[in-house]
Amino acid sequence: MKELLELVASRNLGGVEVRGPDFKYRVKGRKVVPAPAPAAFPAFEAAAAALPAESEEESDPEPEGYILTSSIVGTFYIAPSPDADPYVQAGDRVEKGQVLCIVEAMKLMNEIESDVAGIVLEVLPQNAQPVEFGEPLFSIKTD
Amino acid sequence: MFSKILIANRGEIALRVVEACREMEIATVAVHSTADRESLHVLHADENVCIGPPMLKDSYLDISSLIAATEITGADAVHPGYGLLAENPHFAEIVEDCGLGWIGPRPETIRLMGDKAKARETARAAGAPVLPGSEGPLESPGAARDTANEVGFPVILKATAGGGGRGMRVVSTADDLEIQYLSAQSEASAAFGDDTLYLEKYLPAPRHVEVQVLGDRVGSLIHLGERECSIQRRHQKLLEESPAIGLTAELRGRLTSSALAVATAVGYENAGTVEFLLDGDDYYFLEMNTRIQVEHPVTEIVTAVDLVKEQIRIASGELLGPLQSREPRGHAIECRINAEHPRTFAPSPGRLTTFQVPGGPGVRIDTHAYAGYLFPPFYDSLLAKVIAFGADRPEAVDRMRRALDLFVIEGVETTLPLHRAILRDPEFLAGRLSTAFLERFLKNH
Repeated sequence: MKELLELVASRNLGGVEVRGPDFKYRVKGRKVVPAPAPAAFPAFEAAAAALPAESEEESDPEPEGYILTSSIVGTFYIAPSPDADPYVQAGDRVEKGQVLCIVEAMKLMNEIESDVAGIVLEVLPQNAQPVEFGEPLFSIKTD
Repeated sequence: MFSKILIANRGEIALRVVEACREMEIATVAVHSTADRESLHVLHADENVCIGPPMLKDSYLDISSLIAATEITGADAVHPGYGLLAENPHFAEIVEDCGLGWIGPRPETIRLMGDKAKARETARAAGAPVLPGSEGPLESPGAARDTANEVGFPVILKATAGGGGRGMRVVSTADDLEIQYLSAQSEASAAFGDDTLYLEKYLPAPRHVEVQVLGDRVGSLIHLGERECSIQRRHQKLLEESPAIGLTAELRGRLTSSALAVATAVGYENAGTVEFLLDGDDYYFLEMNTRIQVEHPVTEIVTAVDLVKEQIRIASGELLGPLQSREPRGHAIECRINAEHPRTFAPSPGRLTTFQVPGGPGVRIDTHAYAGYLFPPFYDSLLAKVIAFGADRPEAVDRMRRALDLFVIEGVETTLPLHRAILRDPEFLAGRLSTAFLERFLKNH
């Protein structure tokens, strides 16, 4: 239980649900928006900013709108369970704080909440796809 | 044998593990922060997983991200490298509990030797010489004072949860003791979450000599000679060599026997290093490092053993078999080149505009950097290890000088000039080394 609480706090999650054959725990967290880090190496950052931009590789067109990315590593699930309806699909209106998906790791189902209110443009990963930190999950047209 | 190893580390050691896995045809998973996307080991690993933002606590030290990365990639073993979580017994236990191979010693060994006071007692019980000092942790400043009076000043207070030169205070007189005790406790608490201290007699200018050991699951243990690591700045090694200069066969024999006795006492598995302080013909157990070390290449070269491959083999259940205890043949020297100003040691991150790596006979370079690489500001400043070797120390020195002269790095400041100067220093060339060497050297230059 303590580890669950630490996980929620440390990962800045909205909540976590753990299910076993005969139990279910749910922990709600309070998301904290981190303050921007002070520039530890201003000269370095200025030099980095002055460098020519990396050239874009040929790839799929950039998704539009606000991109919600994963804050954890795990497996992406669009629905709470295999038979349930998806949390959201393209075209749905979502509110800030609304659960959009699950990223599962170490048997913990981490609910990912929306940072913004708006309309879901696209669900980016496939269901059951592994995702890494920073992986784009949803593009949302904000209000 | 493992089919896929996740490397829970970064920088040059992560690349080193990728190299060993390539040779053994084991698939590799590189985990990295957002700041390390372009690190060489990430580019060369078979798969990579971004595990967090730059700060260590949110990425490389985040156990749940690391385990999640093993899950989504199907890795069946974890190599922890050195530093970071390599000597974190909790992480080792979790890895094993998840059914993954841990490429290192058993978690209980890591835990035992990680308590520096217990490690000292273990060494004492195994018959290795230890410095006069406290038996186990200190109860109070009063106990420290009593022990210090018995042992004689100067003494050194050390954090039991410390190691690697951190959380230590030298105390020269009884009057200083209480203040230094409280100060050491406060630093230890902040750095390690544990303010327990122990005490040893302080040697002002010893040599730091360590012995490489390797053990397998059925209790076979060998040593692979010693390394001299006396050239240090603030307890961080800058230059290492194997063998240690001027050791008689008799002293080497006693040192390696003591190292094996300590390793045997804990049933040591995998690669480890027993560190000693040398004072003339006397030597004393300092601590045991339950991991692969930065300076492992000098041992690899003079014993012709690939330590990282042996780590992987042993962890997968293979036995030491034909490997025997070896003493060094020939001589190897390693210079740790940091991205720091060579005089002020101020960190110097930035983009490497030039990075011309020397080659030629008797030169090995271990580095994760390359021309165009953006050396990040968030991590330690080790940029490259330059290793030179030859039939004897003078040949190794000649080759090192040549390698350092031909190593061109632009875009960041480096400690290359410092090493070039050390390699011309008469005391260094004469092999008159001690942990006081660098301070004296810096004062004179």
